[in-house]
Amino acid sequence: MSFRLISLIIFSPAAFAVALLFVRREKEELLRRIALGGSLLTFVLSLPLYWLYRPTLESVESLWLRETSLHWIEAWGVRYAVGVDGISLFLVLLTTFLTPLCVLASWRYIKDRVKAYLISFLLLEAAMLGTFCALDLFLFYVFWEAMLVPMYLIIGVWGGPRRIYAAVKFFIYTMVGSVLMLAAILVTYFSLPESSRTFDLFQWYRMAIAPELQVWCFLAFALAFAIKVPMWPFHTWLPDAHVEAPTAGSVILAGVLLKMGTYGFVRFAMPLFPEAALKFAPLFAGLAVIGIVYGALVSLAQKDVKKLVAYSSVSHLGFVMLGLFAFNLQGSSGAVLQMVNHGLSTGALFLLVGVLYERRHTRMIADFGGLARVMPAFSAIFMIVALSSIGLPGTNGFIGEFLVLLGAFERWLPLTVVAATGVILAACYMLWMVQRVFFGAVTHEENKALPDLNLREWAYLLPIVVLIFWIGIFPNTFLGKMGPSLDHWLTQIKPAAVALLHGVAR
Amino acid sequence: MTGYDLLFLLPLVIVAGTVLLVMSSIALRRRHLLVALMSDAGFLAALIANLALLAADDGSHQVTALLIVDRSSLIFGALILFAGLIVTLLSYDYLKRRDERREEYYLLLLLAAAGALVLAGAAHFASFFLGLELLSVSLFAMIAYLRTRPDALEAGVKYLVLAGASSAFMLFGVALIYAQTGRLDFSALFMMRASPWLIAGLALLVTAVGFKLALAPFHWWTPDIYQGAPAPVTAFMATASKAAMVAALLRIAAPAGLDQQPRLWYALAAMSVISMFLGNLLALRQNSVKRLLAYSSIAHLGYVLVALLVGGTAGSQAATFYLIAYTVTMLAAFGVVSVMSAGETEADALETYRGLFWRRPFVAAVMTASLLSLAGIPLTAGFVAKFYLVAAGVRDAQWALVLVLIAASVIGLFYYLRVIWTMLSASDPAPAALPALSLIGGTVLAALVVALLWLGLYPAPILRLIGRVSGL
Repeated sequence: MSFRLISLIIFSPAAFAVALLFVRREKEELLRRIALGGSLLTFVLSLPLYWLYRPTLESVESLWLRETSLHWIEAWGVRYAVGVDGISLFLVLLTTFLTPLCVLASWRYIKDRVKAYLISFLLLEAAMLGTFCALDLFLFYVFWEAMLVPMYLIIGVWGGPRRIYAAVKFFIYTMVGSVLMLAAILVTYFSLPESSRTFDLFQWYRMAIAPELQVWCFLAFALAFAIKVPMWPFHTWLPDAHVEAPTAGSVILAGVLLKMGTYGFVRFAMPLFPEAALKFAPLFAGLAVIGIVYGALVSLAQKDVKKLVAYSSVSHLGFVMLGLFAFNLQGSSGAVLQMVNHGLSTGALFLLVGVLYERRHTRMIADFGGLARVMPAFSAIFMIVALSSIGLPGTNGFIGEFLVLLGAFERWLPLTVVAATGVILAACYMLWMVQRVFFGAVTHEENKALPDLNLREWAYLLPIVVLIFWIGIFPNTFLGKMGPSLDHWLTQIKPAAVALLHGVAR
Repeated sequence: MTGYDLLFLLPLVIVAGTVLLVMSSIALRRRHLLVALMSDAGFLAALIANLALLAADDGSHQVTALLIVDRSSLIFGALILFAGLIVTLLSYDYLKRRDERREEYYLLLLLAAAGALVLAGAAHFASFFLGLELLSVSLFAMIAYLRTRPDALEAGVKYLVLAGASSAFMLFGVALIYAQTGRLDFSALFMMRASPWLIAGLALLVTAVGFKLALAPFHWWTPDIYQGAPAPVTAFMATASKAAMVAALLRIAAPAGLDQQPRLWYALAAMSVISMFLGNLLALRQNSVKRLLAYSSIAHLGYVLVALLVGGTAGSQAATFYLIAYTVTMLAAFGVVSVMSAGETEADALETYRGLFWRRPFVAAVMTASLLSLAGIPLTAGFVAKFYLVAAGVRDAQWALVLVLIAASVIGLFYYLRVIWTMLSASDPAPAALPALSLIGGTVLAALVVALLWLGLYPAPILRLIGRVSGL
């Protein structure tokens, strides 16, 4: 692609963040409008990607929408290379879609230091987009780490009472994994022949890495990504970060940041080290299933709605991991779709919890009850989103979870049976919570006069609801574009391992 | 020595000439601004001359038996002169707010820079000692320059005693080495088979070097002296003086490489590992920004030592780049401390920085950038530098050192984040007034932050420059 659309998409939020620097901080309304305009513009810019991306099964070249790469640090063979395929395309769109909604959601919620907040948010968006588009390991690492600082600020400055603890925990956890990944990147780099040392992802795909090296590198990469996903037992930073983060921070954290982990597995850890990935597949599938059941059980016990949603993420992301480690088309396309679904549904749940919190300044389930009478529209949307989150047919969640279970069934029969209980548990915790919050009599005096959704809230909730049904009813809009990429992805993993795979299957 | 040789020493000559000029100008009339301008012009001219030499020539020139002018000495020379230039500006801004006889300070600064330049170009133990002493003696006076402040005096005396002791160790070590090899130039050092006396001499030498670089276990002086000294002096001590010593160390180790001397290698490896851990662990609980940065610098020099231990071209290049990034970063950090220091007090207590983001966003942003750079977060110079180090370590399969480096860096994050968080949090009681940010202070900080980001975003030109430094 000669026109640098992807770079434009990545850097336009950053450009708007720089522009905000020059606006006086007292002009809060103007600042918000610029940020909203900037993030909307980014979304509009990213939409054509969907139509520009036309994959065919015949040519590998058509699977990628790439920009011509540029020299960056020649001495080390580092290049500025960006592009999208059927997997990252939807994650990019998810990011650009959620960011303006988040800006809208923070319109009243963030009252002080608006300027710094919006700048952090736009820089965060730029870094996230860069992470999804980077096709050079060095570039990827730079974006991956650059993401940490604005997120740290968003949690640490605008978060709840224990925000510092949560922000530092988030930062340190991620950093531990990242530096080990950096070491693994360098180990792989130096295992290349001296003349062709590069951080170019496609070069790395092509080379054969010695199996014993693969094991270590895979584990280092997997640790970095597993912390981010987060997989059980590396999930403990997540509830803290979610509970303390402001609404929009939680939305981005759940909606996009966690996908970095699963995306990292798809893009880097698994295709770069296929043999090691297969070797450790039982471990990761097992951890994924533990995460599914554990997340669901812990959710069941929560008294705080936001914490409940946070733990449900652990469970949902377990499905994504299970789908990826099924090593078949159903499982992987279910997993990638589920990444998008989780971003939408859980993002929307956090937004809805934020709506409640803005009105009542509490998130305790016990403080509510009978809201359906007071806020009918809000309750209806909450119901829809909650049902999509537990995978009701007709919504997006059903398609994703069904495909994941279908794929996993073929490969991990006993594990899948256990994982399926996660679906039932999800229905339990979600519906039980909905019942306690929305139905029955209005038990608290303060809740009797709560206003229903206002225009701004409609504006950021409705698009998500539309998408929830759209994916549920026309999943091929999404599956069609990601299919060829995932096909190719499987051929990247399989050849080295096909024998091993079938050996196990028989 | 011919006139042609003198050309290669031009930066040193300019600095020395400026010393004379400044001295005579003070004798005629005391004028702070004039003296500061003259010193700055001297530093700038020397820096330009240095960069011109760097651009013009690739070869290595031995100027008498004492000094060598090559790419490495020129790069470190440029770094020292850059630090001198920045510190002069910061000092002017800093001293203007204080009642002192300010003019001699610049004389000392120029002398210290001249000493550092000699040290960076030393090829012989005589010039090594000369440079070291010139640097140490000037620094001692600079540390104690604010005579009325007890902690500055205390720091000065401490430095004097300890620097004197370490010089004595060094001289004794050199004497032992001389007794074994019969020569005083560095190249002779590793030509002999290791005899116990030579090892003893090297050990004493390492002690002195360790003291100067503040490597554990010779680091005890660092926090007290960093804290007691005026902020611009601390900035100079933390950067130029370290850069000069690393340059000398690179040259001493150059002819043979450290792995020729396994015992020395292990001793330095132990020092590096202890420095990395100790520096970062002790920084965790500091409530003084200057002490915190002092411990941080101990850890950072431990990182640099990893590159030296890796050896080879990659190692010395990584060390060189690390020093460049570290110098720019530390100058920015201490620059912030310096511009924040009003009247009689130093902006040392962490509490001074509480809520700085909302009161002085620019200064806080500079501090944040430099702390992130020290932590090695991408987009800053510190990341590229750390990347280079880890790359050098991985390439040489020094797994233990690399893992320690990684673990220590993660520990380091805690206290860098803590400072950033303090600057972000709201200041509850009405905070004390901050000194106004002067034009000079603001410009210097802006320039440093630009350099810091530039090194982080587009290090290719600097890497190309370093790429031609010959290996260990």
